[in-house]
Amino acid sequence: MAPAAQPLRSPPEPLPVPAEAGGLSALPGQAPGGDDLELASVSRSGRRRTEALFTAACILALAIPLLALAILFGGALIEALPQLSFGFLIRFPSHQADQAGILPGLAGSAILMLLTAAMAIPLGIGAAIYLEEYARPGRLTRLIELNISNLAGVPSVIYGLLGLELFVRVLALGRSLLAGAATLAMLLLPMVILASREALRTVPLGVREAGFALGADRWRTLRQVVLPMCLPGMLTGVILSLARAIGETAPLIAIGALAYVGFLPESLLDGFTALPVQIFTWVMRPQAAFRANASAAIVVLMLLMLLFNASAIWLRARLQRRYNW
Amino acid sequence: MSASRQFEELEAPRAFSERAIGAALFTCAALSILATAGIVLVLLRDALPFFAQVPFRKLFFDRQWTPLFAEQHFGIWPLLSGTLLTTAIALAVAVPMGLLGAIFLSELAPSSVRRVLKPVLEVLAGVPTVVYGYFALTLVTPALQRVIPGLSGFNALSPGLVMGIMILPVVATLSEDALFAVPSSLREGALALGASRLGTVFRVVLPAAFSGIAASVILGLSRAIGETMVVAIAAGQQPRLTLDPRVPIETMTAFIVQVAMGDTPHGTLEYRTIFAVGLTLFAMTLGLNAVSHRLRRHVLRGRL
Repeated sequence: MAPAAQPLRSPPEPLPVPAEAGGLSALPGQAPGGDDLELASVSRSGRRRTEALFTAACILALAIPLLALAILFGGALIEALPQLSFGFLIRFPSHQADQAGILPGLAGSAILMLLTAAMAIPLGIGAAIYLEEYARPGRLTRLIELNISNLAGVPSVIYGLLGLELFVRVLALGRSLLAGAATLAMLLLPMVILASREALRTVPLGVREAGFALGADRWRTLRQVVLPMCLPGMLTGVILSLARAIGETAPLIAIGALAYVGFLPESLLDGFTALPVQIFTWVMRPQAAFRANASAAIVVLMLLMLLFNASAIWLRARLQRRYNW
Repeated sequence: MSASRQFEELEAPRAFSERAIGAALFTCAALSILATAGIVLVLLRDALPFFAQVPFRKLFFDRQWTPLFAEQHFGIWPLLSGTLLTTAIALAVAVPMGLLGAIFLSELAPSSVRRVLKPVLEVLAGVPTVVYGYFALTLVTPALQRVIPGLSGFNALSPGLVMGIMILPVVATLSEDALFAVPSSLREGALALGASRLGTVFRVVLPAAFSGIAASVILGLSRAIGETMVVAIAAGQQPRLTLDPRVPIETMTAFIVQVAMGDTPHGTLEYRTIFAVGLTLFAMTLGLNAVSHRLRRHVLRGRL
């Protein structure tokens, strides 16, 4: 087995799109002039028109939703402007809409994020390493794999019901930060496993063979060679999954995150709110002033999500340079 | 697939630490099975007493769902019809547009466009659902009310449409993956036989990618059924047996949110309803995901 050095980093991307690549797709229409077959050239131009129409329909199918979303985000921004200020970030919610802020929501989401990450990420990466590197093919492995892909498809509100019974009642954590984080961790776990496995798969087999050939055992090869190589991809996937988990609202509402929080949590067993939950409570109030608050909170949430995405991409670009092979 | 089997012989004798690490990693993976077991047990624990108390006859032949009222009715149809109505509207948006988008990205667009648009779609799939709910209630519904006179402030149409836009990236990216996986020799063969580009797409590429496309549609369906925040915010909280998209309705997921937000005492029949509804929801999405998973495996194996 030759130590293959193909760049497997992002397999599907660099391949040229075959149908588009110049000559082939152009062939049928490209026959120079209609010199011999008048009929054929007529049908060709008809063909070309259908093709142009269809392409236009395809472009519209993507452009309309994207445009609609752009308008919606713009609309949210306009509604948010009167409320958006630094004070909005550091105030507590209030019954007077113009004096309300999102401090407890921000604090709750930040703590939830740290706790959730601490619970789900080590477990998820461990499980991914097991499945990619250690597991022998067999019934048990297949069962675990099937199970994980099923977990990834369970609606998030079901995780809320799980958290409500298991963490809030059976483990008696109450409607606390810890219960919320544990619930989100359950939801995050399959996403982390899938993202980490994808990253591990980008490291070519030859690298592991080289490690073994040098006398390193499996764990050492993994720790010193494979993991450093796939770390950027793994981090990106994990950060994006974490961002999704933090944007979840339904499970937190199901376990009973508070609608109105006038304090900052002092222990992990305190009640809490989170930014998405705060948005939900404001959206559901009929007064227009609270809608403006919801819009402002949404702008903050979207900025945080963008920050997450950008940092994930930046991390990948930055770390990837070191392993340019 | 995994690297392990091929090194059975190459491997150095396993040290104790190596085995311990293997065991620890296995525990991580096995925990995921506990998660599933936990979900099933939790749902069954409260759903079984519910089904014991409420006979199936009432579930299926009562046309009202009013577990929170003094006069309780437990007909499941109003909630089911609410879910199916919003889901149908969402799919009516997401499937045709997602498929056309996928065909565009995979077959027609220059690769530079594809490289830009695919990540955009993936980022859009990560927008928190509460944001889509806000869009539906505060922006889309008022806009639709100007066009459709009888439209109520809470309705099935607006959250359905927004959900359609929300799951469109899922359908588009997964279908695109399926189309992209079709070997280019098939396209070349069709083109060489004189087929037009569209003929190639419709008669060769689409049929070849059928199972992958079906998988993406089913996954979109299961997402729409399980979607909670959009419908909880914009569809209302009035379970009603109707196919009229202009009036307030309630979906299964929205009902769970409604009860969870109220102060229904633990252990009562009212409280148990959400687990019964949750179990139904879990069974539906599990079945759909299993079918989708199966279909996608065909794609991965390159079976045509």
